[in-house]
Amino acid sequence: MKSYFSELFTGGWSLILGLKVTIKALFSPIVTYQYPREKIDVTPNYRGHIDLVKDAESGAHKCISCGSCMRECPSDCIVVEGEKREGVKGKALTIFTLNFTKCSLCGACVEVCPTKALDYSDEYELAGFAREDFHYDLLKRVEERE
Amino acid sequence: MSIDVEVLEDSRHHRYVLNMGPQHPSTHGVLRVLLELEGEYAMELLPVLGYGHRCHEKIAEFKPAKSFMPNTARMDYLGALIYNQGFAQLLEKAAGIEVPERVEYIRVITSELNRIQSHLLWYGAYLLDLGAFTPIMYAFDDREHILDILEDVTGSRLTYCYARVGGVSKDIDDKFVTRTRAFIDRLRSRFPMYEDLVNGNIILQKRLIDVGELTPQICARYGITGPLLRGTGVAYDIRRAEPYSIYSKFDFEIPTETKGDCMASFLVRFRELEQSLRIIEQALDGLPEGPIMAAKVPKKLKLPAGDYNSSVEAPRGELSYYLVSDGSDVPYRLKVRTPSYSNLSVVPEMCRGMLLSDVVSAMGALDLVIPEIDR
Amino acid sequence: MEIFYSILPDLIRMVVCAVCGAVIVFGNALVMGYAERKLAGHIMLRPGPMEVGFHGVYQLIVDGLKLMGKQLVIPKNADKPLFMLAPLLAFAPVFVPLLVIPFSSKLQGFDLDIGLLVILALASINLLAVLIGGWSSNNKYSLFGAFRAVSQNVAYEIPMLLSLLSIIFMTNTFSLKGIVAAQSPVWFIVLQPLAFLIYLVSLVAETNRAPFDLPEAESELTAGFHTEYSGMSFSLFVLGEYANMFIVSSVATVFFLGGSSGIPLPYFEYSGVIWFLLKVYSLMFFLVWIRWTYPRTRFDQLMNFCWKYLIPFSLVNLLITVVMVKLL
Repeated sequence: MKSYFSELFTGGWSLILGLKVTIKALFSPIVTYQYPREKIDVTPNYRGHIDLVKDAESGAHKCISCGSCMRECPSDCIVVEGEKREGVKGKALTIFTLNFTKCSLCGACVEVCPTKALDYSDEYELAGFAREDFHYDLLKRVEERE
Repeated sequence: MSIDVEVLEDSRHHRYVLNMGPQHPSTHGVLRVLLELEGEYAMELLPVLGYGHRCHEKIAEFKPAKSFMPNTARMDYLGALIYNQGFAQLLEKAAGIEVPERVEYIRVITSELNRIQSHLLWYGAYLLDLGAFTPIMYAFDDREHILDILEDVTGSRLTYCYARVGGVSKDIDDKFVTRTRAFIDRLRSRFPMYEDLVNGNIILQKRLIDVGELTPQICARYGITGPLLRGTGVAYDIRRAEPYSIYSKFDFEIPTETKGDCMASFLVRFRELEQSLRIIEQALDGLPEGPIMAAKVPKKLKLPAGDYNSSVEAPRGELSYYLVSDGSDVPYRLKVRTPSYSNLSVVPEMCRGMLLSDVVSAMGALDLVIPEIDR
Repeated sequence: MEIFYSILPDLIRMVVCAVCGAVIVFGNALVMGYAERKLAGHIMLRPGPMEVGFHGVYQLIVDGLKLMGKQLVIPKNADKPLFMLAPLLAFAPVFVPLLVIPFSSKLQGFDLDIGLLVILALASINLLAVLIGGWSSNNKYSLFGAFRAVSQNVAYEIPMLLSLLSIIFMTNTFSLKGIVAAQSPVWFIVLQPLAFLIYLVSLVAETNRAPFDLPEAESELTAGFHTEYSGMSFSLFVLGEYANMFIVSSVATVFFLGGSSGIPLPYFEYSGVIWFLLKVYSLMFFLVWIRWTYPRTRFDQLMNFCWKYLIPFSLVNLLITVVMVKLL
């Protein structure tokens, strides 16, 4: 009999405590950002898809077409091809494509590159209508970037 | 409340089959449970698996072992850093590589943050199953802080590929340390709010207490580990029983309860949050300087022939990797023992004779992540 | 022709009441729907609807238009006449109770001597709608929701009735206007706090709102008895639910909170409606508040709570009221 009433009172008090928490939250400021009207700055270490890096002095990419990234990639998304050109030491890069639909953002390509030619971009608003929208031509992207 | 099973055994013709199908708001992921119901009491339950099978273990047999690292994160997306740590430990054990001390500290800090994040998500989602719509938002608010901290270091928010063989991919800096310390204070100040809103609530207590009772014998039969086992009174935690990394240096308790019902595992997971915060604090205090990659890691990681095993404490229980190598760098066989697979197998025995609401309650307390069951 | 002129006042009154009823039902759904979503948002530390109009004020209108434009999907083996009947049964009976509620001392549709009986009788038709809807959907999940709703509603009508009966013993009349008039010195909430609490809990259970919303328990039953309804049928259920909330809250206001009494304003006989609406909407705010705070009770615990706690307390309350009325 005693537990009948004690359960009623402790139960009722616990319900009132719960209501206090919620009413306090009702008058607290909101914690969400209303995307797309307010955007948060992405941290510089964000792992977007990879991009070729421009060398500061020469203004060209640093890739030497060794193909290490192509071999290291667990998902086979990178295709690198280079050719021997007259007057250019080593190989010149002709094709560098990334199939981002298969990429798992493991970072093996960035870490294994001997000239540190690859780095992550910070693009996160990626949406497209076809799979081909995410087959990036990184050579074209680095040449078009200023 | 459950009914005496023998009483209703002879009225089998009144039963009907209800399919809690692969698409259901409360089976988290693609799990199908065939329920044979008598009125509202679940008499027989049959989990049907395989809707999310992606052949991870077979994929490991085609590529060099260290290329498997991103796949470990996809198996359990909530405990990805811990899965990464377990796999990196496995390969380091196989190849005989010694990691620097700073790497161990960083791995422990990030793994414990990952454990807190996984428990917070479980907390919110479990209460959403039970019908309370607001605690999930508060839990996710706290979780966002962790995700921001970890994004600054690893670059990803959910499926991390942070550990490497011999170290980690990126170093932590002072900003990480300050933010983590601020987060520890913040989470500690939120515990009274969670206690008031959720843990002490009479409706929640009535739904969780005495539902789905497990005993240590049942757990031993099915191979259940993790907070479920600790809720029955057995203080078995891999971080204490078979210490890996530098867990033997830290002073933390293993929370246990005695009853073994849903409330017990609920409270165990809630208290593990505080213990993880203690570990992180001690690790941040003792963080040494040093390199973040071992000195000599060969590019082509040849694993000597033989079997290797590595066990870690995932948020859901014991996670083990078993590698059979034939001397090359491509594994012959990789077996992953995931905790949710064993935890799920107790459902037919535990939930027999329960009301449908209790089945949902009990399955939520098991904390299943379906991708790691199906791999 | 004389007959027409003699019944013209009543005819005009009927038309005006019908129009006002429609305005109240749809206006209430607009206001309550918007208020619920905004309050739910801020309790969850997020803004709620913000896109359509300034802070989302046109959200419900756009939602209504969207639901009206959706296709009415009927499952293959569903019982078609019953399937189409259920939302109508949920929506039609909400107009009649609005006629007997005294919005202020001069604003009332019809002052019937048995006003309370009319309201309670028609509020129970909602249960029939739930049962028909759940049965005719040919879906096991809907059937579950319907079964739970039947037991829950039937059980919780008893404490509702008993707590209101204590008030009626004190005032000796079923007419709502008479009950408001009998609260002139002091409101009945002061004299009968226990009856008020019991009525509040039964109110939540009768309208199938959380924490007693098992018939439509989303995470267990994937939307319960209205799983198979889409478009306008679904919106009729929702309109019926909000109007039902309004009706039971106004009964609570009339019985316990003094109806439209308050600080006198100019043209008080007609502007008492402001006080009435203030009280009704604060009760509805309370309903929204507890919906977003508590988890759902289990079904047998819900029934246990009714039979073992609410009914004994309401019977004791009735006994004490009767004794006090006889003595004083």
